[in-house]
Amino acid sequence: MDDAARDVARAHRPFPLGRGLLWLAVMLIAADFAWIVAGNGNFGWPVVASYLTTASVLEGLSVTLGLTVVAMTLGVLIGLPIAIARLSNDRLLGGLAGLYIWFFRGTPLLVQLIFWYNLSTLFPEIAISIPFGPTLLHWNTNDVITPMTAAIAGLSLNEAAYMAEIIRGGLLSVDRGQVEATDAFGMTRAYALRRIILPQAMRAIVPPTGNQLISMIKATSLVSVIAMADLLYSVQTIYNRTFEVIPMLLVAVLWYLLVTSVLNVGQGWLERRFARGSERGQPA
Amino acid sequence: MSLVRIRNVHKSFGALEVLKGIDLDVAAGEVVVILGPSGSGKSTLLRCINHLEAIDRGVIDVDGAQIGHTMRHSRLVKLSAAAIVRQRRQIGMVFQSFNLYPHMTALENIIEAPVGVHGEPRAAAIAHAHELLARMGLADKATAYPRQLSGGQQQRVAIARALAIRPKLLLFDEPTSALDPELVGEVLATMRDLAGQGLTMIVVTHEIGFARDAADRVVFMDDGHVIEQGTPAAVLEAPTHPRTRLFLSRFMRQ
Repeated sequence: MDDAARDVARAHRPFPLGRGLLWLAVMLIAADFAWIVAGNGNFGWPVVASYLTTASVLEGLSVTLGLTVVAMTLGVLIGLPIAIARLSNDRLLGGLAGLYIWFFRGTPLLVQLIFWYNLSTLFPEIAISIPFGPTLLHWNTNDVITPMTAAIAGLSLNEAAYMAEIIRGGLLSVDRGQVEATDAFGMTRAYALRRIILPQAMRAIVPPTGNQLISMIKATSLVSVIAMADLLYSVQTIYNRTFEVIPMLLVAVLWYLLVTSVLNVGQGWLERRFARGSERGQPA
Repeated sequence: MSLVRIRNVHKSFGALEVLKGIDLDVAAGEVVVILGPSGSGKSTLLRCINHLEAIDRGVIDVDGAQIGHTMRHSRLVKLSAAAIVRQRRQIGMVFQSFNLYPHMTALENIIEAPVGVHGEPRAAAIAHAHELLARMGLADKATAYPRQLSGGQQQRVAIARALAIRPKLLLFDEPTSALDPELVGEVLATMRDLAGQGLTMIVVTHEIGFARDAADRVVFMDDGHVIEQGTPAAVLEAPTHPRTRLFLSRFMRQ
């Protein structure tokens, strides 16, 4: 046997003819598709270009972004205590958290938004009072519930239910021995959670939270039904006037894609950061 | 008076009774090694001492205070979670699987409880931690993360972490059982050092050699009972109970 000639270091890779042909076919189809899209005047690319950075579209975009940030932040802040309550041994707390998640995940977000917007038909007045006792503070519901507050309430309370489950999953992913160590060292639950458990749970929490954030960007478009002037609502306002439905929707689509692409990059960066945190093989 | 006083302790997990009436005393400064076959209840007993497990019947006192309970107006009441947490702060524990905090360096692991739980000034805690690491032969590992350390090194950091709270009592739950055989020796050597320094230690282990060299007293458990106890020489060289003899003969043959 000629081992020198059969040394695997000398091996060549056969030319991948099949894969080459596949690439060619896919490129052809893509080029054809692009040609059709570019050649079809109904897409109205010049109209898209002229409205892409119109003031009302940019205002709508900023409302979408602002709403996303506020609703997501509130969703995390409300979701965290719900996740903790859900994991507690306390039947009452666990049950209430379960009930919250069951209700807000089990009903359509669109219905929740319309519900909050029409809260005044259910409760004309909102009051803080002692149960069956005197009223301490009260407001007229129509003064409190604007499209903005209805949108924030609807989106964040819904998001909190999903974030609670994501955070719960993250907390459960932490090794049981860590909880034992914090118990044995006499740490309170709150201290252990903040210093030991949550930092380790973050690895499991961040990726699905990035997913939720991207979902939220798109979910905010639902607020257009309660006359909240977000990105979708502002392009709808324009096409209701000009009847250029498809070009205006393309304006919205391009902005949504741009924002989610930026977030994708950000999520990838965050995940690499956390992966580095877990692979501490090399000294920092 | 004994530092740890255990009287008629029973503990069940569901239908399985793991502890069937344990009586045991540990004096301050004493090193007690608990031996026994797997499932004899020795780890459970250890975990009951710092209330990681609640006992079903009996009394455990540590340093004169009843664990998990207190007398209030001549009625025995269960302590609140916060009070139980406070009781544990004088008891250090070393686990079979180390349970170091993986997101913290060795030094951060050691100072976490002293600074965050006991309110020790950070600078003093760091100085103490460096001193403990040096005692463990790990002076150069202060900035290493647990993942960067061998099992034996991790367990020595865990021992330093337990010592850092200046415990009145130190519990070891099979500290060498998760280690590769060649790493067992370094951890046992560290524990022998500690045993000679007047610390009160209760060690659950399978290491007969450690019991012989380092223990003041060996306690043999089987099927939820303490069946024999005495000096290492008495229990290991001249066991009276047939089951102790059977257990030891298996180890001696190895």
